Amino acid sequence: MYKIESKNVDFFYGPSQALKNINIAIKSNTVTALIGPSGCGKSTYLRLFNRMNDLIDNTRISGSVLIDDEDIYAKGINVDSLRKKVGMVFQKPNPFPKTIFENVAYGLRVNGISDKKFIEERVETSIKQVALWDEVKDKLKKSAFELSGGQQQRLCIARALAIQPSVILMDEPTSALDPISTAKIEALIYELKTKYTIVIVTHNMQQAGRVSDTTAFFYMGELIEHDNTKTIFTNPKIERTQNYITGRFG
Amino acid sequence: MKLPDEHKLAKRKMRGQAIAFWIFRILSYAIIAILFTILSFIIYKGASAISWDFITKMPEEGMTKGGIYPAIIGTLCLVAGSMIFAFPVGVLAAIYMNEYVKDGLVKKIIKQMTNNLAGIPSIVFGLFGMSLFVNKLGFGDSILAGSLTLGLLALPVVIRTTEEALKAVDNTFRHASLGLGASKWETTSKVVLPIAFPNIITGLILSIGRVSGETAPILFTVAAYFLPKLPTSIFDQAMALPYHLYVISTSGTNIEESRPVAYGTALVLIIIVLIANLLANGLRKYFGRKVKMN
Repeated sequence: MYKIESKNVDFFYGPSQALKNINIAIKSNTVTALIGPSGCGKSTYLRLFNRMNDLIDNTRISGSVLIDDEDIYAKGINVDSLRKKVGMVFQKPNPFPKTIFENVAYGLRVNGISDKKFIEERVETSIKQVALWDEVKDKLKKSAFELSGGQQQRLCIARALAIQPSVILMDEPTSALDPISTAKIEALIYELKTKYTIVIVTHNMQQAGRVSDTTAFFYMGELIEHDNTKTIFTNPKIERTQNYITGRFG
Repeated sequence: MKLPDEHKLAKRKMRGQAIAFWIFRILSYAIIAILFTILSFIIYKGASAISWDFITKMPEEGMTKGGIYPAIIGTLCLVAGSMIFAFPVGVLAAIYMNEYVKDGLVKKIIKQMTNNLAGIPSIVFGLFGMSLFVNKLGFGDSILAGSLTLGLLALPVVIRTTEEALKAVDNTFRHASLGLGASKWETTSKVVLPIAFPNIITGLILSIGRVSGETAPILFTVAAYFLPKLPTSIFDQAMALPYHLYVISTSGTNIEESRPVAYGTALVLIIIVLIANLLANGLRKYFGRKVKMN
């Protein structure tokens, strides 16, 4: 029924509670934006879905997080397999210090694929998906660092797409980019949703309005409101949401 | 009135800054001057002894003539041997410490132990090496015992510099790798190590420099005053440059006449360390470029 769900999720960094009783259900092939002021917990929440919070010491979660109706925090869950299904794009573009080709191929290699032709084809497909192919097809063996910021971020998206996840998590993917690159990536997100389920954290409310189907507003670790994006931005049900949207605080 | 005070203050600050910078400048030049003096001294006194024969022949006539070939070979064997031991063990230990162990008591203890190891006087290493490798394990005075002892000496240097190299790798690369489903070891070996490699090589340089010149540890474990033949196995004794320098300058049959040989030995030792540095620097540049390209 739902692609992603969190039920009664609490999350703690040591003694401090970062998420309070979060209940969100997300459908397949939609884009969900997580908005809210700094420190409200939206990035922490995003990182629950690929268990990247596990990398931080002294954290605790209660409640259930389901992807395809399976609790991903259950005992025996293979976290590496989970991360193959749930890809992530980070705020600051972080391509590896490797060639453009090897960046996109990396995910395939660490997931056991060694067939040369397969890798070449998949790399090409992924780079084409992010509309970067024409710009890099003649310099696949060059360092990824030679690309511009916007190109690097699209490369990182291609890198995530190469292993064909079903969910893509994006943590403020355009906040470090110029407006033109931002526009390109927003267009990309719109196209990708036909194949993937996307959750995107954004500080930029206009962006949330542009790219997402539903929006969830977080404040101080709580979920204030989650609804269709149109509703949130034109007729929110909760006053606090209204205040945030209109810029009364932030 | 505010204005004169500000003016005086500014002048005072500029003076203080100028004095500080002059002190830095003088100290920097002093360091260069000291290095230059030592090198010039050795080169001046030792250059006359250097010749092709010197480097390739065995010692003759009670070390006053002939060459120091066996000492050169001995030192090279010991450096290689100690690195074969210290480098993999040290790098893996540093990887374990930096990438795998969680912050806590265990980590603190290991760190403290490593620091203590670094502070142990080299002659104590020598004694330890003699007890364990030469006697207890029965290797005898040998290249094996010497290499292991020198390896222990180099270990903390390798561990510390490798740890620093790993720490310098931005976490975002680890996150990107793990986010794609790579395991921790895959992340370490395919992403982190290649990035850290140039700086790890720096650690290698430092330890080679340290190990080439150590005299005390090899005193107890491998060094011989004179061997008529080159060592043929790792269980043989060997001559070594630092020890050779010592015995020629202080004992032996003809100290005065052997003096040029002593300086020549010192010069050869310095040149070997210099070559090792240049080689390792070259390796560093090569891998540094590769990290961007591959």
